[in-house]
Amino acid sequence: MRRWSGALRHVLLGLMALVFAFPFFFMLVGAFQENPTNTPDRLLPTSGWTTENFTRIDSRIDLAGSLLNSLVFTGGVLLGTVVCGTLAGYAVARLDFLGRRLTWVLMLLVQMVPFQLLMIPLYVQITRGYGLGDTYLGMILPFAINTTAVFIFTQFFRALPREMFEAARIDGAGELRILRSIALPLVRPALATVVLVTFIGPWNEFLWPFLITKDATMQPLAVSLANYISNVAQSTANPNGAILAGAAALAFPVVVLFCLFQRYFTASDLGSAVKG
Amino acid sequence: MTAVTTGARTGRTHPSAPAGRTRRRWWGGQPIGTLFAAPYLVFVLAIFAYPLGFAAYISVHDYFFTAPGVEVDKPFVGLDNFVTVLTDPQVLASFRNTAVFLVINVPLTVVLALVLASALNAGVRWASVYRVAYYVPYLTASVSLVGVWMLLFSSGGLVNAVLGPLAPDPSWLINKGLAMPTIALYVTWKQLGFYVLLYLAALQNVPRELYESAETDGANGFQRFLNVTVPGVRSATTLALILAIITGTNLFTEPYLLTNGGGPDGASTTPVLLIYQRGIQQQNPDTAAAIGMLLVIVVGLLSLAANRLNREK
Repeated sequence: MRRWSGALRHVLLGLMALVFAFPFFFMLVGAFQENPTNTPDRLLPTSGWTTENFTRIDSRIDLAGSLLNSLVFTGGVLLGTVVCGTLAGYAVARLDFLGRRLTWVLMLLVQMVPFQLLMIPLYVQITRGYGLGDTYLGMILPFAINTTAVFIFTQFFRALPREMFEAARIDGAGELRILRSIALPLVRPALATVVLVTFIGPWNEFLWPFLITKDATMQPLAVSLANYISNVAQSTANPNGAILAGAAALAFPVVVLFCLFQRYFTASDLGSAVKG
Repeated sequence: MTAVTTGARTGRTHPSAPAGRTRRRWWGGQPIGTLFAAPYLVFVLAIFAYPLGFAAYISVHDYFFTAPGVEVDKPFVGLDNFVTVLTDPQVLASFRNTAVFLVINVPLTVVLALVLASALNAGVRWASVYRVAYYVPYLTASVSLVGVWMLLFSSGGLVNAVLGPLAPDPSWLINKGLAMPTIALYVTWKQLGFYVLLYLAALQNVPRELYESAETDGANGFQRFLNVTVPGVRSATTLALILAIITGTNLFTEPYLLTNGGGPDGASTTPVLLIYQRGIQQQNPDTAAAIGMLLVIVVGLLSLAANRLNREK
């Protein structure tokens, strides 16, 4: 009885893992195939390998330039989040000051507001008000500080023993010094989680950069690939391989980052981040 | 506690204790905290609070885009924009499509995530491999994955080749009845890993003894799942419901790319897609803002209902 339910569990988990992994397999194989298959009998091709697809999509959307734009967009958000996020997280977790409760409540509320609802007013504000259409700054601003990341920092700083901070204060260390020399080195796992959580936001974001970039040379890869899929592909003879090549180029950095950080990134971190 | 210690220290250096105490009560023991939190607070005010207010303002005015520097009167029109929006068949259809999406996506997400998380939690070999497999779609850009699904589910695609004579005609993404369910399936697949992790974290807090005593009482695996696991992760379920509702009511990338702009014939149009089309393509930010405000209200009511429903049981 027990053995059977164990086997059943394995079958269920394995089947689902296959369902989850299959589209990635299809993407990776198709990206390097002259003619990505549409029939199940040729899912494991033995011939027809090529890198032509990457050259073909590069000739239409400038892969390297788009990747660079994605990188600048993501890097800006990471910088803003790590610098301002540690400061705010440390303050809320460890300092007694005017506005501490307000900051905490705002952190909870902000996570409930979906970005799409702010799209019209932000578009008016940033492109018409500040004239930041087609600029990196305009792309970065709405994502500049990731609230989930601030939240994770707060939870980690809270978990550190209080006596350590008291000792440092008695020794005369300023708060900035305590944050830099004591608190930050102790929350390195949080830093890994934060980098991953923050990275996927702007790297994968489509709607906002799509709205504010009309200039193709400013578009991050998610936007230029979407343009290729919705416009260029229809007028191209055999676009499937090129679409999969672009998709793989966009997916690859995140998958690599995740595999690198996997061991720091545990379910309980995420739980503490979202549960409060 | 920290406040008390520093308080004692500053108390020694400032002999005028009463004045210092009042100041401390106002600004706290470490007033520099205000400075630390200031960038984040300014960010939240500028990027969330102000635009929310601005959206409400736009939605009750006859608002339109003007050339930079030109000041034109934008008169207050009360609820006119809302009347326009609520009598627009396309808008009503987009909310109906969202309902179709939620009815498929939300139960599927919550049930599958909980089943997979408890299977993982029972301690199987390769648990970490499974976890990675489930989580990777959540991490990957929707634009990438939509590209893959589009090919898989196209008329001559792999899915139809496997189904053979069972393949729907017209195919998934160009079939009026199947476009929205296919999107719902896609989003369930893409987001599920996040909910599995959420439940995995919640399952760590269900006491082992409950399972043991249920077992001694003769409960089988399914009964234990129903009577110990499900009530044990109730608060996680509420959170999962609310997050799934928020995600589901804010679809843009999927209908924009997967069904080529909400097609066929508007069968997969979503409110956010309409906000984009009305507000930015057709330059009517006022009606677009009104759709947005309606969406906030719908999301709020649905979340409240999910919360209430889950608490009563």
